[in-house]
Amino acid sequence: MRNITLSQAVNEALAEEMRRDSSVFIIGEDVAEAGTPFKVLSGLVEEFGTARVVDTPIAEPGFMGLAVGAAMTGARPVVDLMFGDFIFLIMDQLCNQAAKTHYMSGGKLNVPLVLRTNLGATRRSAAQHSQSLHALVAHIPGLKVALPSSAYEAKGLMKTAIRDNNPVVIFEDKLMYNDKATVPEEEFLIPFGEANIKREGEDITLIATSSMVQVCEKAADILAAEGISAEVIDPRTIVPLDEETLLRSAKKTSRVIVVDEGHQNFGITGEIAGRINEKAFYHLDAPVVRMGAMDVPVPFSPALEDITVPTPEAVAEKARLLMSGEMIHAA
Amino acid sequence: MPTFADNGDGGCARKILLKAIAKALHMTHSNADDYLRMYRQMVRIRTFEDNANQLYLSAKMPGLTHMYSGEEAVAVGICEALKTSDKITSTHRGHGHCVAKGADFKEMFCELLGKEEGYCRGKGGSMHIADQSNGNLGANAIVGGSMGIATGAAFSAKLLGKDDVAVCFFGDGATAQGLMYEVMNMAALWKLPVIYACENNGYSEYTRTDEIAAGSITARAEAFGIEAFQVDGQDVLAVNDLSQKLVERCRKGEGPFFIELMTYRYHGHHVGDINREYYRSKSEEKDWRENRDPITRFRAWLVEEGIASEEEIEAMNAAIKADASEAVEYALNAKYPDASEVDMHVFTDVEHALA
Repeated sequence: MRNITLSQAVNEALAEEMRRDSSVFIIGEDVAEAGTPFKVLSGLVEEFGTARVVDTPIAEPGFMGLAVGAAMTGARPVVDLMFGDFIFLIMDQLCNQAAKTHYMSGGKLNVPLVLRTNLGATRRSAAQHSQSLHALVAHIPGLKVALPSSAYEAKGLMKTAIRDNNPVVIFEDKLMYNDKATVPEEEFLIPFGEANIKREGEDITLIATSSMVQVCEKAADILAAEGISAEVIDPRTIVPLDEETLLRSAKKTSRVIVVDEGHQNFGITGEIAGRINEKAFYHLDAPVVRMGAMDVPVPFSPALEDITVPTPEAVAEKARLLMSGEMIHAA
Repeated sequence: MPTFADNGDGGCARKILLKAIAKALHMTHSNADDYLRMYRQMVRIRTFEDNANQLYLSAKMPGLTHMYSGEEAVAVGICEALKTSDKITSTHRGHGHCVAKGADFKEMFCELLGKEEGYCRGKGGSMHIADQSNGNLGANAIVGGSMGIATGAAFSAKLLGKDDVAVCFFGDGATAQGLMYEVMNMAALWKLPVIYACENNGYSEYTRTDEIAAGSITARAEAFGIEAFQVDGQDVLAVNDLSQKLVERCRKGEGPFFIELMTYRYHGHHVGDINREYYRSKSEEKDWRENRDPITRFRAWLVEEGIASEEEIEAMNAAIKADASEAVEYALNAKYPDASEVDMHVFTDVEHALA
């Protein structure tokens, strides 16, 4: 087994799928010779040429719309959206067109399209280059949403996404591009809707997505030292969501914190907490707690930005409160 | 800008030109068939719309609909230049495109009434009606929303080595959307086989387009180096002739192209838009209906050229009318989709999304 970066993992997944299927192409800003600002796509244009690694003008709705039409007519586009924040620019093409085409056509037209983009704050990029907006698209029926938490997931989920006949949005954590993980040399895919139990535990469940998986693993280390056994679960895709695995863990530990880097209000954490309340209420010893990003635009100053995102210490502190029973009185 | 035909003011030179074209073509049997099919398709659209309007007025149709009546020569002239695998994208005013690209009345009326046998199994309705098997990529209820889709269909044709052409139908109102300029830029850069067909009926919903559109519409396409044409959208032969040339050139890699088709919608923005004198006069409407109707004009030409007799035309009209009545009757009695269909077709690989 070898260790590669998340960036290399994505690159490998794309190259393998492009070799396997000549209808797969990449389209977006600075994807060809530049290989994106994060250099994730370096080398692909040399192998596949500019007909399949297509540099576009800076026109997100345009190339997104073009990709939807290409997907409807036999091609399999992988759209590169340089920053997740730009998703607001393409909302009509993604949510009114791509997401609804199969349904509105009574099942006759398909949109096999992957939208690759990113999330994550603390890169000192201020409010328009730091958002984690996956909840916005998860809200729309017809879109699948994947949140890889390491190089391993980034590769396996990307390959599955490219072979899926539905529009899939993948949010990579832009701070994780250089993080290494063990990734098999041989081909593998990660099915959608299968959560990964990163760490087993007995006392409390930490459900964490994307960037927050590492945060919760660190929190679990802190808690372990104090004699609290935390289970860490990564849903890997939020649409579809592996409710069964989450509920099983909630029933086992009876305490749950949901941690996600999207804004807390009306977000992923509330959705998952709601489902656990509805379906595991009598198994719970405490309210399900949400921990999302602070509900403010992401500030530039490091002194401010760092306090907007859940940290291992903050998660551990919440877990202690839950274990001590204080959250019950607070509720 | 090459002006292919004038704006339909019946200029003498143009009449002579049309006659010359007709004489030159003079009526091989297959041409006569083409002309009769074009006439038939225009009448089918008008008849479909008359029935749809009646369904609305008699409260038998759920929701609203946007009538294509008056614009028939645009859809027919263009779609008659296409083959089945060529793609079109349509609009909220899309019944005409749907008929012209080969759809049948029965499935169309079923869709209009939300019935299971509709082209979209009743999930699309009037604003999303499309016969997908004939290359119709859907009618779009977002004004200008399909500009990218049509351009992408042309992109995939090129990528996958097919010789299909894509036609993007949109109205003059859609020329105000930014998406159009983004995708025309890419289509021109990459020489995509797409034709942008602007149906200029003079009104952006309830507002005169000259109040909201600065400069020239064709000049906007020309700014990208796209060859742009203006044509009388009430003259099906002029539209078809230009379309054939441009489709052929698209197949040879000479696209994209832009056509502004000068036309008129007889009804309001939608069927409920009855009192509309605050934005356009009855005399203007009357003038277009009486003097520039595409079906009346073409019918007169067919008779004049001896391609069809008045009797033959009347018989054709009556057959289409009967066909439509039968389809309406069928659709009224057809069954609605079962409630279990509500969460089907959300995803391709999940039979029931909420199961």
